[in-house]
Amino acid sequence: MGIPNGPRTWAESKKKRIDTLAASAGRSGRGEGAGDGPGGPATGEAGALKGAEGVSLLAAAWRRLRRNAVFLIGAAIVLVFVALAIIAPWIAPHDPAGRILVDQIRPSNPIPQPQPGFPLGGDSSGRDLLSRLLVGARQTLFVGVMATLGGLSGGVLLGTLAGAFGGPIDSLIMRIVDVMLSIPALLMAFTIAAMFAKPTQWTVIMAIAIVQVPIFARLLRGSMLAQRRSDHVLAARALGVKQAPIVIRHMLPNSFGPVIVQATLVIAGAIIDAAALSFLGLGNPDDRSPEWGQMLGKAQEFFNTFPHLAMWPAACIIVVALGFTLMGESLREALDPKSQR
Amino acid sequence: MLGYLIRRILQMLLALGVLSILLFAWLRLLPGGPVSALLGDRGTDEDRANLEAALGLDQPIYVQYLKFMGRIFHGEFGPSTGVRPGYDAMEIFLDRLPATIELSFLAMLIAVSLAIPLGYLAASKRGRLLDNGLIAVSLVGVAIPVFFLAFVLKYYFAVKLGVLPPSGRNSIGIEGTRVTGMFLLDGVLTGEWDVAWDAARHLILPALALATIPFAVIFRITRASVLEVLDEDYVRTARAKGLTSRVLRGRHVLRNALIPVVTTIGLQIGALLSGAVLTERVFNVRGLGQALALGFETRDYTVLQVLVMMAALIYIVVNLIVDLTYAFIDPRVRLG
Repeated sequence: MGIPNGPRTWAESKKKRIDTLAASAGRSGRGEGAGDGPGGPATGEAGALKGAEGVSLLAAAWRRLRRNAVFLIGAAIVLVFVALAIIAPWIAPHDPAGRILVDQIRPSNPIPQPQPGFPLGGDSSGRDLLSRLLVGARQTLFVGVMATLGGLSGGVLLGTLAGAFGGPIDSLIMRIVDVMLSIPALLMAFTIAAMFAKPTQWTVIMAIAIVQVPIFARLLRGSMLAQRRSDHVLAARALGVKQAPIVIRHMLPNSFGPVIVQATLVIAGAIIDAAALSFLGLGNPDDRSPEWGQMLGKAQEFFNTFPHLAMWPAACIIVVALGFTLMGESLREALDPKSQR
Repeated sequence: MLGYLIRRILQMLLALGVLSILLFAWLRLLPGGPVSALLGDRGTDEDRANLEAALGLDQPIYVQYLKFMGRIFHGEFGPSTGVRPGYDAMEIFLDRLPATIELSFLAMLIAVSLAIPLGYLAASKRGRLLDNGLIAVSLVGVAIPVFFLAFVLKYYFAVKLGVLPPSGRNSIGIEGTRVTGMFLLDGVLTGEWDVAWDAARHLILPALALATIPFAVIFRITRASVLEVLDEDYVRTARAKGLTSRVLRGRHVLRNALIPVVTTIGLQIGALLSGAVLTERVFNVRGLGQALALGFETRDYTVLQVLVMMAALIYIVVNLIVDLTYAFIDPRVRLG
C-alpha cells in the first residue's frame, strides 16, 4: 500500500475526506463506508481519550487545543467579532442607518471624507462608515451562521437517513447529492439566488445553505456507514434498542466532531460567498442594517476613486473568514487521530 | 473499464437530465420570472400577457419543458431576453466560450506551476519559516473574496501604475484574425505578434485573480500529499539504499504525491467556472462568466439555463477525463 492518503478519483476525493473525518469521530468501527481508508482504526489519541475516564470529547479536544497557537489566534479573532456583533449598537458612534453626512455629498464629491467624529468618513448615502462597519459584524455573522446551520440541518438529515437506512433510500438520496455536486458550488449559489426576482436576506441565506447540503450529507453518511457495524451499535441492537433511538442516541453524537469542523470552515466560506452574491446584485438590497458583503458590493462603483470604501469591509471579511478557517483547521487536526503521530 | 465508462456516462446523463428539469422548473415557478424582470413594475396586465404569450410562458409548465427539449434537439435553445436580446442562447454560449477557456487555462497554468513546486518546497521544509509563511499565504488566498482581489489588482496595476490595461480582451484598433476565438492563441497561430502581446497583457490581471483559489487549494494538497509520501517506507528504503536526492524526489516522492493533486486540479475547474463570473465582470472580459453575471442581473432565464447546464457538463466531463487518466497514470487504481 504505497498509495498516499489522498483522493484518487473525483468520486473518491469527497468520500476520502469524509472518511478521515468520520474516523476522527473517535470510533474504531470500520464499516463499508470506510473503504480502503488509509487511517485504519481510529486508535490515536482521540480514540484513547474517548474511553478515558469521564472525559468528554469536547473536554478532551479543548485540553489539546488550548495549547495550539493557531487555534487560539483563530478563536480570539472569532470571539472579538462575536463580541462586536453583540455590543456594536452601543459602541457605534452614530446611527448606522442615519444619513448624517448627506448634505456633504456633491456630484463632484460623492463620498464624505474622514472628519472629526467620523474617522473613516461616510458612505455614498452619507452614513457613518465606522458605525456601519461595527454594526455590520452582526448581520454578517448572522448570514454566515444561518446559512451554515441551514446547510447543516439539511445535510445532516439527508446523510443520516442515507447512512443509517441504506438501500433504496440511500441510493435515492445519494443520486440527489450527485446532481447537486455536478454544478460548481458557487455557480449553484448564484443560480439559486437569481431565481428570486426580489432578493432578500433570506434568499441569500437559502442560496448559500443549499449548496452546503451535499457536503454535510456525504459527511454524515460516511460517519453513519462507518458506525453501522461498530461494537457500540451492535451492542445496543443486541439489547433490543430500536433503530431510531440507536441512530439518534448512539450514532449521531459520534458524528458531532467532524460536523463541527466542517461547519466552522463553512461559516468562513458562507461570509465570502454572501459578498460575491452582493457583488453580482443578487444580495439583500435593503441596507438599513449593514452587512460587510453588501457594503463591499456597493463600494465597487467607487473602487478606482475611493478604494477605502471597499478596503474596510473587505478587510473585515478577510479577517473574520481567516479566524473561522484557522479555528476549523486546527479543530480538524485536533480531532484527526492521524495527526497525533 | 468499458463498463465503468458506460456507467459513468449514464450517471452523467441522468444528472444532466434531472438538472435540466430542475433548472427549467425552478426558474419559471418562482415569483417574478422573466416577465417581471423585463417589464419591471411598470407594465400593465395586458403588456404582461402579451409578453408571456410571446415567450410561451402562458402554456402549462410540462408543455414548455417538452418544447424546450424539442428545440434543443433542433439546435435551438431559445432566444435571450437580457444578455443579448434576440440571439440564441447556444449562440451566446459558443461566442463566449473561447474567452473563458483561454482565461481559465492561463489561470490554471499559473496556479499549478506555482502551487506544485511551492507545495513540495513547503513540505520538505516542514515547520520552518518558509513552510509557515506559504501556509499563511494560502490561507489568506482563500479568505480574500475573488472579486475584491480583482479590483485591487486592477486598481494598482491598471489605474495607479498604468502598466496593464484595466479591462476588455484587446485594445481598440488591435484586431487580429479570428481563428479559435482565443485572442492570444490566434495571434500566435497567425504570427500576428502584436495581437498576441496585446491579448496577453489583457489576460494577466484577470488570470492572476482567478488563479488565487486554485493555487491555494492545490498548494495545500501538494504539501499534505508530499508529507504523506515522505513518511512512506519505500521512500525511507530508497534513501537508505543511497539514491541521490534527485532520483528520490522525482521518481519516488513527487510521482506518488501527484496523484491526489491531479484530482484536485480537476475539481478546481469548478472554482474556475464560478470565479470567472466574478473576475470577468470586474475586468469586463466578454466571456461565459460575464454573460452569466449579466444573465443573473437581467434574470435572462433562457441563457442562464443553457450556460449553467453547459458549465455543469464541462465540469462533469473534465472530471470524468481526470478519473479515467488514473487508469493510465497508476496501474494500482482499478476503476469499477
